[in-house]
This record gives sequence, C-alpha cells and structure tokens, in this order.
Amino acid sequence: MSSTFGKNPGTKNGGSAMREHVVTSIRLLLSLTALLGLAYPIAVWGAAQLLAAKASSGSFETAEGRVVGSSLIGQKFAAAEHFRSRPSAAGDGGWDATSSGGSNLAPTSRKLADSVKAAVEVVRKDDPAEGPVQADAVTSSGSGLDPHASPAYALRQVARIAAATGLPEPRIRELVARRTEGRFLGLFGEPRVNVLLLNLDVDAAAAERAPAPAPAAAATSDLRQ
Amino acid sequence: MNALPYLKVGVYFLLILALTKPIGLYLERVFTKEPTFLDPILAPLESLLSRLSGIDPKKEQGWRAYTAAMLVFNGAGLLLVYAFQRLQELLPLNPDHLPAVSPALAFNTAVSFVTNTNWQAYSGETTMSHLTQMAALAVQNFLSAATGLALAIAVIRGLTRAESKTIGSFWSDLVRGTLWVLLPVSLVAAIFFATQGVVQDFSGTALVKTLEGGVQKIPGGPMASQESIKMFGTNGGGFLNANSAHPYANPTPATNLLQLALIFAVPAGLTTTLGKMTGKNRHGWAAFWAMSIVFLASTLLAVWSEQRGNPIHHALGVDASVGNMEGKEVRFGAADSALFASVTTSASCGAVNAMHDSLTPLAGLVAVLNIQFGEVIFGGVGAGLYGIFVFIVLTVFIAGLMVGRTPEYLGKKIEAHEVKLAMLSVLVLTFCILGGTALGVSTKAGLAGISNAGPHGLSQVLYAFTSAAGNNGSAFGGLNANSDFYSVAVALAMFFGRFWMIVPIIGIAGSLAAKKRIAETSGTFPVDGPLFVALLVGVILIVGALTFFPVLALGPIVEELLMQAGRLF
Repeated sequence: MSSTFGKNPGTKNGGSAMREHVVTSIRLLLSLTALLGLAYPIAVWGAAQLLAAKASSGSFETAEGRVVGSSLIGQKFAAAEHFRSRPSAAGDGGWDATSSGGSNLAPTSRKLADSVKAAVEVVRKDDPAEGPVQADAVTSSGSGLDPHASPAYALRQVARIAAATGLPEPRIRELVARRTEGRFLGLFGEPRVNVLLLNLDVDAAAAERAPAPAPAAAATSDLRQ
Repeated sequence: MNALPYLKVGVYFLLILALTKPIGLYLERVFTKEPTFLDPILAPLESLLSRLSGIDPKKEQGWRAYTAAMLVFNGAGLLLVYAFQRLQELLPLNPDHLPAVSPALAFNTAVSFVTNTNWQAYSGETTMSHLTQMAALAVQNFLSAATGLALAIAVIRGLTRAESKTIGSFWSDLVRGTLWVLLPVSLVAAIFFATQGVVQDFSGTALVKTLEGGVQKIPGGPMASQESIKMFGTNGGGFLNANSAHPYANPTPATNLLQLALIFAVPAGLTTTLGKMTGKNRHGWAAFWAMSIVFLASTLLAVWSEQRGNPIHHALGVDASVGNMEGKEVRFGAADSALFASVTTSASCGAVNAMHDSLTPLAGLVAVLNIQFGEVIFGGVGAGLYGIFVFIVLTVFIAGLMVGRTPEYLGKKIEAHEVKLAMLSVLVLTFCILGGTALGVSTKAGLAGISNAGPHGLSQVLYAFTSAAGNNGSAFGGLNANSDFYSVAVALAMFFGRFWMIVPIIGIAGSLAAKKRIAETSGTFPVDGPLFVALLVGVILIVGALTFFPVLALGPIVEELLMQAGRLF
C-alpha cells in the first residue's frame, strides 16, 4: 500500500498522514469490535432469551423425560414404526450435525444417479405405491439435516406405519395432516411435515393404545447406517 | 404450466421495488447528515466512537487520502481477523476447545471476510470458536459492507461536486453507515430470526441421544446475530457449513423471504440515493431498471431450469413435478432455492440456501454468469453501485463515440483518463477469473481439487475463481478448496477483485469531483430514458457474454446438452 501512495507527489507529508491513518484505524477497529463483536451479539442474546428462549436455544424436544433431538435438526429413522427422514449427505454416515452439507454431486454425476436409483428401489420395496417416487425421498438435502419431508412422501409411508404400530391408517393420516405446515403467505416455501415431531406424535398415539413399553423403545438397537 | 414458481419471483421483485425508494431516501439523509429518527440514540454513540478513535468527522479527505484510509483500515482488519483465528485456542468463548486455524486457511479466511467475499474453505461449526465468529468474522461482515457503502457514497459525491478537492471523510462515512444503517436493521432481523429458531447462545456442542437411540452432536453459538448481517451486508459468510440451507440458519420460509429481502435492500436503495444526491431521480431509476431487466431474465431462467428438474433422475422413477431436489431443503423447494441462487449471485452475497454444485446446468450457468456481469445486478452493498458506475461511464463513452462528441455524464466530461480507469477495473475481474481458471485446470494442484468429472469439473474451477474475483463467496462446494493452492490462489483473486477494482473507481470519482460542471445542451446524451437503459443493459451483457462465453460453452452449456442426452460421468 505504502508504495502506491508514497510515490504520489500530491500527498504532503505522506509519512505522517499514513501514521495517522494507522493509529486511527487501530483505535476505530478496536472500538467497533467491542460494539459489533461483543455488545451486539450479547444484546441479541438477551432479547432472544426474553422473547423466544426455546427457539433461540436450539429447539430441543424431550420425550419421556429425556432430550431426543432438535425439531430443526433432522435425524435418522430406520424403525418400521417411524416416518423416515430424507437421505443425508452430512458426514460419512449421514445426519452428522457437526458436518452439515449436501452431496455436492453434479446433475450428470454417475455416483448421484446410482444413489438415486438405489434409494428408489428401497422406497418402492418398503413403501410400495403407484406412480413415481417422491423427489425428496431419494435426494439428499442441502444441509444434510433437513428436518422435513414432503406431505406426499409422509403419506406414502402411512400403510407401513399402520402395520407396524397397529394404529388405524386414518388416525395416522390425521397426525400427518396436523403436522403439515403450509406456505408462508400462501406463496413462499413449500408444504412440509416435521419428521421428528410427527414421530413423537406417532409414539404417543401408539403408547396410548397399548400402554405396554412404547414400540419405539424396542427399536432403538437399530443403529445401522 | 404451474405459475406459482414464477409468481414467487414476481412478488419478491415487487417487494424490492417497494423498498427501494424509502431505503434510498433514508441512506441519503444518513450520508448528508440530515436528522433521522434514530439520532437520539445514535448521535451520542457516534461522538463516543469519534472520541475513542480520535476522528474529526468534519475533516474531509481528497480521493487519495480517502482511499489510503480505507486501505489501512482494511489492512488492520485483515491482521486482526488473522490473529483471532491463530490465537483462538488461548482466548475465551471456545467451548469445544477448537485448535488454532492453520496459517494458510487463516490467511484465506481473513482476506475473504475483509473483502466482503466470504468464501469459506472451512466448516464453521468445527473450525471457528464462538469468539472468532462473533468478534472477528461477524465484525468484518459489518465493516466490509460499511466500507463498500462508504465508497459508493464517495463516488456519488464525486458526481455532485465540481472543482472540489475532497470527496468526504472515510471515517465518518464508515461510522455512519455502520451505526445508522447496518446495526439497527441487523439487530431487528437477528431478533426475528431467533424467534423463528435461529440459535443465539454461547454454549458448545450438545450431545444428544436421538429418538431411535443414535448419537447426534448438535452445535450451538451466536448464530442469529451473524446471520442477519451476513445477509444485510451481502457478505454471505455464515456460522454453519451449510450456510442458509442449514435449518439453524434459515429455519422457515418466512426467514428465507426476509433473508432474500435483506440481500437486495441496500443495493437497490442506493439507486434512489444516486438519483436523489445528483438531483436526477430519473437517472437513479434508469439504473434500477437496467439491473432489474437482467435480474428478472436470469432468475426466470434459473427457476424454469430447476423446476424442470433432471431428466436422468426422472427416468429412474423420480417424481418430476417438484423439480430438482438434490441439495435442496423441503421447506424451500426448487423455486425458492433457484430464486435465492439468482439473488445471492446477483448481489455478491454468496449465502446459499441450496447447494449450487447440484443445480441443473442452466441454473448453475445463471449463478456464475450473474457474478461475471461484474456484480452489478444490484450487486453488493455499495459495490453494486460503484460497479454499475463503471458500466455507466462505459455506456456514455460508447454513446459519445457513436455521435462523435466528447461524452458527458451528469455535467462532467468523461475523458480518456476516466475511461482508462473504468476499463482497468473491468479487466482486473476478467484477468482474475480467466487467468485463475486457466491456472486451476492446467496444474496438478488445481486439478486435484475437482470432485465432479466431465464438463462439471471445469465449471467447479471456473465458479471458484469467478466467485472469488467477484467477491461473491458462494461455491460449487464439491471443489476441495482447503488446499494450499486454492487457499492462496483464491485469496489473491479475492484481494485483486476487491481492491484493484476499488482504487481505479475512486480515482474516477476524485477526477470527476475536480472537474468543472458543464451545462447540459440538446447534444447531451440523456441518462434517464429507455434508450439509456437499453444501452446500459447492452453494455453489461456484451462485456460479460463476450468475455466469458467460450468458457461457459465448455462448462455449463455442454453439460446441459449432455444431461438432456442422458450422459453420466
């Protein structure tokens, strides 16, 4: 920088002007760091605590007295009696919340086409239905932590969940409908179902019906990828 | 045809149109130091900051002193961001005990945030301590935007003043832009984000047992305060690796719409500020409409392409009605994601709510071309305005050549000196993008970063250098950019793309400020009608398209043709 401006004959006392710039810069930078880097985030934190303590602290959900995850962070569901999350490319096994991200595979990627093909086969086998497979069921999300499924993909899974939990299909459809969120102002975003909250509803409904140990607890040993 | 995706674009555009005038008039009041409703709170804060830093806000600077102050201040910021990263292990607010960031990555990140690029070669949640995020990175989100805003105002002053040696005070412009514009809006937006689910705490990673008994580590931290300025400052550098695709960064369609509005708010408003300060309101609107025409055309193409989806996947039995969902979130879907991709690349923001690497080739083309237009389609905070200023100078120059008159712009003669400087800033961008890409695809170190085969691999390298030189910061994220080659090469592209562009532009402003004002005559080319808008759009398209068409043909265009033919790589 100094060479660009030092050569300039129009700058009087170039050295002392530069010294002044340096001193002012350091003082201003430190003052602004205190304001914008400390006071500002603390003020936002204070206001958030007052207005929305749960939402601003991670939206954690509890069931049977323990935290079971965040309603905003997708997690893996493999048990037959649970609705499934979308495929995840976050981390090696998916749903790694310290490694958020997508597959970053190109539309012409063979690897992507192969994984879509395999996912289509799994969905068709586990949740057979007429017609094409829902796009969200066989693609991984941008974050790898998408907490939602499309209502169409959720409804496709109803028959399997009814068979596994013993709940009647209309009851499960009702749960899906209750958890379906619409577009903002009827226009922005897309309709969606929160998978963790829906599964908590399913567990609660199943527990009500058969007050024995909840079916979900029996399935917790399944940790396969 | 399903009209809903296009309706979203239309309603969003109307929202920006409605915001442009009030924001622009407010900006004009802030920088001409007229009273505003925030003065009771902010005026005392301004005088406190001036006292602490030894600034005399009334002392004006010539363009050289203004530029020197800006460069020294940004240099100091660069060193501070570097120091925070290298020392974070020893500093407080590091609940996950993250180690010091490596020197190459710390250098890359410091340049990235100081230049308002916010290219992120790291994963935020596992690399940066809370203190580094909030006191180093988020502070630069404010200050790089305030720097851009100050420079835009200085350029406008160059147009409004005649026979003047000064173009304002950098210190005063920086402080006023931060206090009156960036801080209040960021504060309100951050609080809204927090109520929607964006995290704002200081805790470390939570270890959670999931419903089916798996283990999940969920990050915490001051995210909301960073997310708002990330968008409003058109920075794009988020707290989390997945950026605005992450549900903690952008949890609902409402937060997504606010993020979209925050990106364009100041860049669009500045067109009104230009009109108001120069006393030519219609000229400001002409700039607005030229930007809007390019924006709407490119956005509609991206939305159409994403909504059409990927025929290779449809053939495998995937539902074609919702569009391409790879790399996208269900709550946004294909259309809102394509809109976001176009807005964030038009505005040099670089935040993403979907993974651009997985966009259909034509939507990826829109993203990269929006940046290659020079980040003037609204552009970054301030950067968009001083960028379009260059194209306006070129437009009146070309119009002048056509009729054989010395070109004039708002009562100032545009002469060889100004045109040379304008071309210099255009060529710097071209050189960084094409030179960097050529280097990337012809060296082992560059090729090693490519993760997708076929023409998409070229697009990945092209996107990286385009994003860096245009100070955008978005990426085809599959590229492994955390290597020494990309850390250094991309950092250099970011540095030259920012400062080698700024210095000639401020030079033009200084030279215009010193000139005499000449009277408008019937021979003066009008800069406010449809003819001017058409010429300006023409110059933007011709410069962008002619420069980059060959490489775009080899990357996204050939990939689109191959995708339609079902070719895989």
